[in-house]
Amino acid sequence: MNLEELNAIANNERLAQAQKRHHLHVCVGTACQALNSEQIAKALQAALKQQGRQNEAAVKCVGCPGLCSLGPLVEVVSRDDGAAPDGLARPRSLLYQFVKPEDADAIVTHLGGEPVKRLETPLDQPFFTRQLKIVLENCGRVDPERIEDYIAAGGYQALMKVLTEMTPQQVVDEITRSGLRGRGGAGFPTGLKWGTVAKADPNRYPTSVPEGIQSRKFVICNGDEGDPGAFMDRSVMEGDPHRVLEGMAIAGYAVGANYGFIYVRAEYPLAVKRLRTAIRQAQRAGLLGSNIGGTPFSFNVEIRLGAGAFVCGEETALIASIEGGRGLPRPRPPFPAEFGLWGCPTLINNVETLANVPPIILKGADWFASIGTEKSKGTKVFALTGQVKHTGLIEVPMGITLREIVFDIGGGMPEGKSFKAVQTGGPSGGCIPAEFLDMPVDYESLAKVGSIMGSGGMIVMDDSTDMVEVARFFMEFCMDESCGKCIPCRAGTVQIHRLLTKIQQGQATERDLQTLEELCDLVKHTSLCGLGQSAPNPVISTLKYFREEYLAKIKREASFSTNGKRVEEHV
Amino acid sequence: MVNQLNRPSPAGNGQPDARLLSDKRYKLIEAAMRRYGYQGHGLIEALHSAQEAFGYLDDFTLRHIARTLRLPPSKVFGVATFYNYFTLKPQGAHTCVVCMGTACYIKGAHEVLRAIEDAYGVKAGGTTADNQLSLLTARCFGSCALAPVLTLDGETIGKVLPETVADQIAQRLVSMEHAQP
Repeated sequence: MNLEELNAIANNERLAQAQKRHHLHVCVGTACQALNSEQIAKALQAALKQQGRQNEAAVKCVGCPGLCSLGPLVEVVSRDDGAAPDGLARPRSLLYQFVKPEDADAIVTHLGGEPVKRLETPLDQPFFTRQLKIVLENCGRVDPERIEDYIAAGGYQALMKVLTEMTPQQVVDEITRSGLRGRGGAGFPTGLKWGTVAKADPNRYPTSVPEGIQSRKFVICNGDEGDPGAFMDRSVMEGDPHRVLEGMAIAGYAVGANYGFIYVRAEYPLAVKRLRTAIRQAQRAGLLGSNIGGTPFSFNVEIRLGAGAFVCGEETALIASIEGGRGLPRPRPPFPAEFGLWGCPTLINNVETLANVPPIILKGADWFASIGTEKSKGTKVFALTGQVKHTGLIEVPMGITLREIVFDIGGGMPEGKSFKAVQTGGPSGGCIPAEFLDMPVDYESLAKVGSIMGSGGMIVMDDSTDMVEVARFFMEFCMDESCGKCIPCRAGTVQIHRLLTKIQQGQATERDLQTLEELCDLVKHTSLCGLGQSAPNPVISTLKYFREEYLAKIKREASFSTNGKRVEEHV
Repeated sequence: MVNQLNRPSPAGNGQPDARLLSDKRYKLIEAAMRRYGYQGHGLIEALHSAQEAFGYLDDFTLRHIARTLRLPPSKVFGVATFYNYFTLKPQGAHTCVVCMGTACYIKGAHEVLRAIEDAYGVKAGGTTADNQLSLLTARCFGSCALAPVLTLDGETIGKVLPETVADQIAQRLVSMEHAQP
């Protein structure tokens, strides 16, 4: 396929879509699908047929538009018939919430007329207006199971552009200039990583690439979204799988890799299915495979399933898992950029990072760099959950304040509850108390208050939440998920968990609290990989901001025996 | 490629194993291993296909995979036990998985779990005495907007309450029985 053919597909698809005046977008993301949204799509089809309006309207299954708490969602996008003074046709949108299959008749009857009042939810509420969608721009708009729809929305144009107009070095420079940083949590500059892999010599280390794989460099898309309470990557893979593939192919061209792996959690069956479909369609269309776009560049993508190990989100552990072994991390350097999968230079990027690539190529690095703060560019997708009115998936420009996210976009706390803290970064992050609500959200600010950006889970807690219990919950998680390779993490997480349990049971003394702090420091600074290094964060941050809750559970007098001699504490 | 199912049995008596030849499910595992040219990096995919076919990984299957991929059984066993997704215990007729992710936890997933444990007399990770229901917990389904959430035989049920969850499961199980007599 070349650029003309791609444009022809896009034009055909746009023409076909323009035939219909109304488009009914039914969300088939995991959350809405669990509420029977596929039945709704069928009922809408049937209602259109029954009322004889098939020529006027079409039903489309789309990815997650974000507002999961009001699901199942149906969006009606209608073409305005040029009634505006400038004569231009503008789409008009309506959003229906809590739709049931029985509502299909009413929705179809009201097409083009007044909206169904009892189902309508305003689209001008802050949840939508305060967001800026780059990564999620297609989620909720394109059908994730049809490549034509993605192409009509401008898909694969960026890939064609890099293949025909840019050298690999220019692509790396463009990404570097955009200021994009890794969205997996640590925020490493993406351009720098790409440049390192591009320059790496595949013959520097002995390699052991299996038979049948013709590449000496690799691109890995990290879709092992292990943080509990985070579902950004899942929504992107489910809602816009082609975007991920396009980002990977561009990365492959830039660094000189011909083979890519997407590592997805087996717990995300829908994402796996949609990615498989997308790969098949892209291969058939000649957008993956040999000689893409009539150029010498070849790129293939394979899916590898994770099997439920949190540590596999760490890059060296992920590589070990793709190689078929236990997901154990190894010391770095050498970094995967030089010594990665089967000993080859390997680029590992998060799903969201790769999904940012096509728009940067199309709209330019300057456009991307104009969004966000000085050091954190672009947008970030968050999974907003917990005690807020509007839970769901949001994408906001970097530098927005936590208050805007929780109280404007999230709609604030449910009735009768008051805000206590927001937890970011999952088990590796920390709890941020109310005093920092006006802090801008970017990599540096979050790190300064003892949390991390993380992959984007954001859990809002109300005043009834027991912070010691939250710390214990996360430590239990890290304890279970510790791979056991290095001792600080393997033994340290167990000891920290035991101390937290002791505090929780009212058995602990001040000395235990001191031991807890020492242990946290030890585990943080001596563990081998990111899991252990960040495991104490939830404890450290709750100790810092909610120390009185720990103190309230401690029996102060117990550390001295009756005769005044100190009793040895056994941890 | 030689049909690997005809290779001598894992039992070590030099004969092709009747179980490998008669049970069609081994063909599925065979296909998964062939896709990776019987190379070691296909191990996790092979285990996935085996678990999908049998519902769990038994000793015989693990040995069969080890022999076919020419890996030491210790490595196969090591990988199978390292990952939470794989189970070496047979499962009940139905499987209920309760999400214990942070969002669900904040909204009371542990109370939901306790309610199910009490109603069915089974601890998380176990199976009821009549082999009808296995109760498991998961890290996170990523369906946090529906918290607390559980799945019953792969079907997601969201916004469950500790007071009603047991009845809800019972009703679903009954309706499933009716659906497949």
